[in-house]
Amino acid sequence: MSEKYDASGVPTTGHVWDDDLGDFTNQPPKWWMLGLAASAIWVVVYWIYYPSVPNAAGNSYFKGVGGWSAIKEMEEDKGTVDAVRKKYEDKIKGMTPAAILADSELSEYVKRSGKVLFGDNCAACHGTNGVGTKDKEGLFAPILTDDDWLYGGKIDTIHETVVGGRQGMMTAHKDSLSAQQIDDVAKYVLAMSEEGKEKADTNAAVAAGKKVFEESDCTGCHGPDAKGMQAMGSANLTDKVWRFEGSLDGIKRTITYGVNSGDPMARIAVMPSFKEAGKLSESEIKKLVVYVYKLGGGQPDEAAAPAAAAAAAPAAAPAAK
Amino acid sequence: MNQAVEDKVAAQIEHEFESWSVNTGGKTIHAKRMPGRFRSYKYMTGAFWLIFFIGPYFRWHGKQMVLFDISNRQFHFMDTTILPQDIWMLSLVLLFLAMTLFAVTSVASRVFCGYFCFQTVWTDLFTWIEEKVEGNFTQRRKLDAAPMNGEKVTKKIIKHALWMLVAILTGISFSAWFVDAFEYWNNLLHFNLPPVGWTVLVAFVLGTYLLAGFLREQTCMWLCPYARIQAVMTDSQTILPTYDVARGEPRGKIKRGAEANLAKQGDCIDCFQCVQVCPTGVDIRQGQQLGCITCGLCLDACDAIMDKVGRPRGLIRYASLDEMNGKPVKKLYQHTRTMIYLGVIMIALAGIVYGLTHLGAMTLRVLPDRQPMFVTLSDGSIRNRYEFKVLNKTPNDLHVEVSAIGGVEGQVIVGAETPILTHHGRGTSFTIFVKAPAKGIKAEETPIEFKVQAVEDKNVTAQYASKFMAPKP
Repeated sequence: MSEKYDASGVPTTGHVWDDDLGDFTNQPPKWWMLGLAASAIWVVVYWIYYPSVPNAAGNSYFKGVGGWSAIKEMEEDKGTVDAVRKKYEDKIKGMTPAAILADSELSEYVKRSGKVLFGDNCAACHGTNGVGTKDKEGLFAPILTDDDWLYGGKIDTIHETVVGGRQGMMTAHKDSLSAQQIDDVAKYVLAMSEEGKEKADTNAAVAAGKKVFEESDCTGCHGPDAKGMQAMGSANLTDKVWRFEGSLDGIKRTITYGVNSGDPMARIAVMPSFKEAGKLSESEIKKLVVYVYKLGGGQPDEAAAPAAAAAAAPAAAPAAK
Repeated sequence: MNQAVEDKVAAQIEHEFESWSVNTGGKTIHAKRMPGRFRSYKYMTGAFWLIFFIGPYFRWHGKQMVLFDISNRQFHFMDTTILPQDIWMLSLVLLFLAMTLFAVTSVASRVFCGYFCFQTVWTDLFTWIEEKVEGNFTQRRKLDAAPMNGEKVTKKIIKHALWMLVAILTGISFSAWFVDAFEYWNNLLHFNLPPVGWTVLVAFVLGTYLLAGFLREQTCMWLCPYARIQAVMTDSQTILPTYDVARGEPRGKIKRGAEANLAKQGDCIDCFQCVQVCPTGVDIRQGQQLGCITCGLCLDACDAIMDKVGRPRGLIRYASLDEMNGKPVKKLYQHTRTMIYLGVIMIALAGIVYGLTHLGAMTLRVLPDRQPMFVTLSDGSIRNRYEFKVLNKTPNDLHVEVSAIGGVEGQVIVGAETPILTHHGRGTSFTIFVKAPAKGIKAEETPIEFKVQAVEDKNVTAQYASKFMAPKP
């Protein structure tokens, strides 16, 4: 075979193995050689232009003559994004949350950035999209998507809540009420939620509880109608939404040990002030407020800004109280 | 196979390769240009490309008639606007084009290559310019071989300038299909194109200049995938430019005083006209081959010679392999593969027609909120949240009313108390809540169908089926 395919005349490296195998000394194609040379030059240029040589001893590195750095590039890119957002951000700075809500274009913009802010700052307690989070002791932080508000669902009230934070309070009744009284009043409270206050009031089975409710300090905060007072954040006991736990045992526990009462068994209900925390800018807080309002529970502000209410109609569920 | 036979086969292959010349572009092909039937066809089919140059300037109701508006992701054809949502029709258009290509190729081989392909047409235009500037094919060969002098430099400069002009016009014309043509010219003349505009223009200008001016037939032979697929699309029934070997061989020149030999000779007088006119430089007498783009120019050349020597035309002609082998020539409808291609073409066409007539003026998509799937309200009723995406394909902004079919008894739609504005030509999204009393809820999932209807035009509606989620009743 070797005779037939003899390539005599073509120069080889002279190295012969396996009897008849040799290496041609053919040049690679010119375009390939040019590419190789260009790549080699590029390596040198790259090393000079970009940060390349580390200096471990000096905890530093050669910075390159081009002055490029990843951070700088990132900042520049961020600048591009900020420039696009600037016209919205500038407007938001001078506006109240209610005014932002009234502006359909701005509230759409805010809804998008609000989602990110909510995820970073609020979702840890209130859950993704404000669905609330539960621990083994019941609901940990209030659900923000429903229409029940402890302190009020109007846009300005939500703003107040985010800026200043909230701290729930309910005294422990383990000393002021007997175990029997606590059991009775808990049953009455449960009945109010399940069948409505009117029915519960005429229900003989929970009459003892009704008596306790009216004669002890319950009405002081929750009101004679048991609907709570938003000024102090006391819960509405006649609706179907529970702040902590809606079971009889859960209600009993809340009554017995209170909320933030200092008792180790007490319910904890603390929301920090996001203004004091200093992490969020005023604009960011406004965005969050509009976002939370639009989660579904926001209540239109009839008196202050009727226009705002009309524009926000898509997001506003009618108050069902 | 024993060693002797193996060696014999190897020797044969090697022998064949010795006489097999492969055109790798080392030498520029200067083809002879002569009038003829297929030459005329080629001019006519090439003229279709005039549409490419003038098409963008046609207007329709004040807008560009055909506009592939990539930046706004819209396709305009007369009054029809096709949005990305209807892009499935594009796949049918591509299927239609591919199948047409297949069908035509199975009937008459590389018709596209020879008569319509931009590479062929532009190369033809470039060589036409070359001929006008540098003279006919023999003069051009001489000029190429001649040493550099004033005349040569002048001619080359004029030629390349003209080529560049055509290339620039090509680049501009291409770009003008994708933006408003007049606006494009305005921006171009003020050097005000966006970077992507410049990139496309430069790429097209350089591409045209290099491919039509320098690469020419090399593109068809080594760059174009379609040239390689053709082999599997032709069969023994396909007609293609064929040299009638039986009639032509043994070839030989006609010599005076040797009339006696003439009887033994075939009809081919070995004049090489067929090779000289070939734009890809193949010798058709070697049979069908990769370089042949089936443009028919060799048929013209051979027929002209046959006329001169008083022999019948058609020594080189469109013929199928069956015909050459003396097998019965089948009718077109007996060609199963072509019929299958035609079937697919009809299906694709039907789909396109259906799509164009059922574009609809509005589409609706409803995305139910996944987290939370439902919210229990203080009065015990259940509320679901839906993200509506309305695509308004009409030329006007419309206000839509939202209603629901089915769902839970006593449900209330919240969020569309006043009609909602939807912008034309793009999607509008908004949030809708549905609130249903607890006593009406019979299942965890209740089917509900949403409907949007334009206030301005009650005929513009869209519907979407969704679900109402609730806790276990």
